[in-house]
Amino acid sequence: MPSDPNLLCRPEAEREARGRWNPYLVGAGIGVLSWIAFAVANQPLGISTAISSAASVCALPVLGSDGVATNAYWAKFPLKWDYGMVFLLGTFLGSLASVLVSRTFQVETVPATWRERFGNAPGRRLAAAFLGGVIIMYGARLAGGCTSGHGISGSLQLAVSSWVFFLTLFAAGLVTAAVLFRDRSRGH
Amino acid sequence: MKLPLSGDAALWLALVLGAAFGWLLHRGGVTNYNVIVNQFRFRDFTVLKVMFTAIIVGGVGVLALTQTGHAQFHIKPANMLGVTFGAALFGVGMVLYGYCPGTGVAAIATGSLHALVGVIGMLAGAVLYALSFAWVEPHIQKMAALGKLRLPEVTGIPDWGWFAILAAIAGVVFWLIETKTRPTGAASRQ
Repeated sequence: MPSDPNLLCRPEAEREARGRWNPYLVGAGIGVLSWIAFAVANQPLGISTAISSAASVCALPVLGSDGVATNAYWAKFPLKWDYGMVFLLGTFLGSLASVLVSRTFQVETVPATWRERFGNAPGRRLAAAFLGGVIIMYGARLAGGCTSGHGISGSLQLAVSSWVFFLTLFAAGLVTAAVLFRDRSRGH
Repeated sequence: MKLPLSGDAALWLALVLGAAFGWLLHRGGVTNYNVIVNQFRFRDFTVLKVMFTAIIVGGVGVLALTQTGHAQFHIKPANMLGVTFGAALFGVGMVLYGYCPGTGVAAIATGSLHALVGVIGMLAGAVLYALSFAWVEPHIQKMAALGKLRLPEVTGIPDWGWFAILAAIAGVVFWLIETKTRPTGAASRQ
């Protein structure tokens, strides 16, 4: 393994930079998507409700179909082929199309920033990703939305709940990043 | 054509809008673990640029649409305990995972195996929430539940005033980012 992490990262950085658009332009594009979503479908952009409805399938082997059907949460948000679920599928397909067109597909298990801090072991990174996924979705359900439903769609409507979500999430993320990626070269 | 669309037409629109959203997330660079994590380390400001621009551009347009009767607001209730506790967990999870739910799903398409594992974790998290919902709903979601509040109602500052304030903040923040920090790509590496 090369000792200089920057040397290791250069081809990766070039691949990641390929096909990138101006972030302000991308943000404006997402804003325009919101106009269409509100005016034409009467549905704000959102992701996490569809994921948690889909999760009812994963609970089937454990709870059985009766257990899922009588669950108080899934009774409110049952799995169905609705607007949110199709939007979620579209998000994956759109990203895939962009990846294929820009020829940037690359299998990645341990990303550069993680590797610089925690090393190259895939098990540790995958365990953190799984745990992070559990926590993020529990939090999203507790808060009633994620970075899409609250962070973008809610904030743009000037919803109090969404701005509280946005600011709290950012503060919690800053603290977590400071702890997780603290500089080991400075004292203990 | 009668709006809003319903039935199959709405589902086709959802597919097109979802695909455009996924395309933009990838082109914006936010399907990249390093870009998201380094936002929280102040080494890459892509996430802030994308989100803040989306909020202002989206918000001004949606406001105009609602004021002319072409759209309705969909405000999530301000259940303050659930929102703050949930958002705090979300922030911890987002840095640990390195994606949020939408960018995580989109990142699977880039070849990110850890994004895929995190989506499996998200499904598990949703199952945990559904199992705990019978307790969580009365004990957390109904606490400090203030209803579907909007900032203009709470503050007395009108909608347009809020967007003027947000645009001014964005102007200053974006100017600082563009003049005082290194370019996004380089910053994301270090």
